[in-house]
Amino acid sequence: MTILRRGSAWLLYLALLVPVSLLAATADHSQFKALQRPFASGEDVTRACLRCHTEAAKQVMATRHWTWDYTNPDTGQRLGKKTMLNGFCIGDRSNEAFCQSCHVGYGWKDASFDFSDESKVDCLACHNTGNYVKLAGLAGHPPLVRTETSPGSGKFAEPVDLAAVARNIGVTSRRTCGTCHYYGGGGDGVKHGDLDSSLNDPPRSLDIHMSSDGPDFSCSTCHVADQHKIAGSRISVTAADPHAPILRGERSARNPSTCQSCHGERPHKASVVHASRLNDHTRTLACQTCHIPTFARGGVPTKMAWDWSTVGRLDSEGKPFLTRNAKGHVIYDSRKGDFVLGEDVVPNYVWFDGTVTYVQPDTRIDPSSRVPINVFHGTAGAANARIWPVKTFHSRQPYDRVHMTLLVPHTAIPDDTALWYNFDWAKALQAGADATGAPYSGQYGFVDTSMLWPITHMVAPKEQALDCAQCHSSQSRLAAVPGIWLPGKERNSLLDTLGFSLAGLALLGVLVHGLLRIVAHQRRRRY
Amino acid sequence: MTERLYLFTRFERFWHWSQAALIITLLFSGFAIHGSHALLDFRTAVEVHEMAAWLLIALWIFAIFWHFTTGQWKQYIPTLTNIQRVTLYYAHGIFTGAPHPYKVTRKRKHNPLQRIAYLGVLVLINPLIWVSGLFYLFWGRLEAHVPDWLGLEQVATVHTFAAFLMLIFLIVHVYLTTTGHTPLAHIRAMITGWEGRD
Repeated sequence: MTILRRGSAWLLYLALLVPVSLLAATADHSQFKALQRPFASGEDVTRACLRCHTEAAKQVMATRHWTWDYTNPDTGQRLGKKTMLNGFCIGDRSNEAFCQSCHVGYGWKDASFDFSDESKVDCLACHNTGNYVKLAGLAGHPPLVRTETSPGSGKFAEPVDLAAVARNIGVTSRRTCGTCHYYGGGGDGVKHGDLDSSLNDPPRSLDIHMSSDGPDFSCSTCHVADQHKIAGSRISVTAADPHAPILRGERSARNPSTCQSCHGERPHKASVVHASRLNDHTRTLACQTCHIPTFARGGVPTKMAWDWSTVGRLDSEGKPFLTRNAKGHVIYDSRKGDFVLGEDVVPNYVWFDGTVTYVQPDTRIDPSSRVPINVFHGTAGAANARIWPVKTFHSRQPYDRVHMTLLVPHTAIPDDTALWYNFDWAKALQAGADATGAPYSGQYGFVDTSMLWPITHMVAPKEQALDCAQCHSSQSRLAAVPGIWLPGKERNSLLDTLGFSLAGLALLGVLVHGLLRIVAHQRRRRY
Repeated sequence: MTERLYLFTRFERFWHWSQAALIITLLFSGFAIHGSHALLDFRTAVEVHEMAAWLLIALWIFAIFWHFTTGQWKQYIPTLTNIQRVTLYYAHGIFTGAPHPYKVTRKRKHNPLQRIAYLGVLVLINPLIWVSGLFYLFWGRLEAHVPDWLGLEQVATVHTFAAFLMLIFLIVHVYLTTTGHTPLAHIRAMITGWEGRD
């Protein structure tokens, strides 16, 4: 093909494609009169949005993206980022202005935030198509003047042009969801292990569904939203979904973000013999177990462990410092402690029925052994449970030695009590306790904790799926999973010993018999 | 002077040798699945084992049909008559060059020891392998319908036990083929159908 012909083919392609992508929606926001003006604040934009999308704010306000507060109907536990504890940055409260850069609202900086003010809903966070950021420290506001990204960092963010963002509004994308969900725990890939910025434009080998060489799914392709309520959550997981695929247009109460909702429960088709054998595995294994061979495979490391107890080492000049590994990733930060990073990590595996319980701010812990911040429940072999891959995260974090509770430190908002600026645990924990209202004895120590994260993204192409021997061998990946019996992994050693001994004796017996025959034959010939 | 006898029909020979090949394949791939050797990877071993199993099942169904329509099942009726003499032959006479005490005819192809051994294969080893193997094969669909005490582990143990019995049978059987009037006489008979006699 000549360059000219190739060029005209491209032009034709663009001419066909561009109107289609514009016409995908029935409205082009760049033409809306209400958006042809400058905006003074995010709230100002939201008021413009709500003139047409009259119900949008009410819908958002009914979701966890707004409330950060959720009562798990399975366990009755009060969850949600507002009160939940974890092993990463530990807790939200007292640090709101920092953490709420990921809230779909403007201005939640402390308990006085008005959760009923519709203008505080941030439409742009999810619906921008670029050039929109919310900086940590601004309580969910985008920078409207040139702003240092964190105090003393020397890095500056340019102000957001709200009008330009508003006129280029669009559907959610991997990038918009990822702005928060990739960076949980304070950095790219830190928390989940299966969600990081490598998924913005993943190669096929990293994610078969989201790759542009594949179906190019966005998050919302699976996490289907209805009235801004988004399906699928790690704190109430659908662990088993033993049903046929959901038909397009079918009214279904099922979670549309399970593998089975598209693939059904007997998805393997390849060869007759092999496919039925694989399909029988779906009663025991989550799809993710074989189809996500490792997590954090996109080149972004995930945190596997975090030791808060080593916070506060200073360099020879008395200044905080960072230590980096050979790849340039931080493994010690004076403000945060030591990190263990992992890439291309083989998951752990647990029986999981979707029920998770969490240590609550008032749960009494036993510091003599590693404290599980969350527990994945599931009975081995139960019809509602599957073997799931998980990331096991280890932390060493502060607790109250008298009340035996985990403590939330005040860390991020630059003031006299913030750990990241004064390295004083006593002050930081007192300020944290003041904000959460938790009882605090003043005596703190550090306790080892663990936390599980379900691995469900970064689904590899089928040729990268685990081969049989990864589990069916003496080095089985499922060695630590209770209540299963696997051919190739387990065998009855008594029967083996007995069987091979008897077979050996039989062989020996016939060999001796044969030898005697030969000897006898020779002797007969001689006489 | 050697007298010749047409002992094994074409079907019997076909059945015998294809069964032999399948059973050896099944033992080899089965012990690979079991983890006793690593000469086949797990997936190949499972696929080979499963395919050979289906072929053997088909062959057995056909052979059972053949045995009943031809009346050849009578060859396996056990008898104690002369069993002592035959046993004594293998323990002593075979070394002194004594003649085999049992005269094979087309109506009685197997001596009393053979009858017992083959009957054991037919009524003990084969059913154990069939039942446990089919349970194993369809475990994914059966598991929900079997009592709690029966797990895949029990099914696999029975299957492995039967495999060991088959292995022991195979060793002894192969050796005993060399005990004809010449070491290859029995094997030749199983290939050509013609058995030579002293």
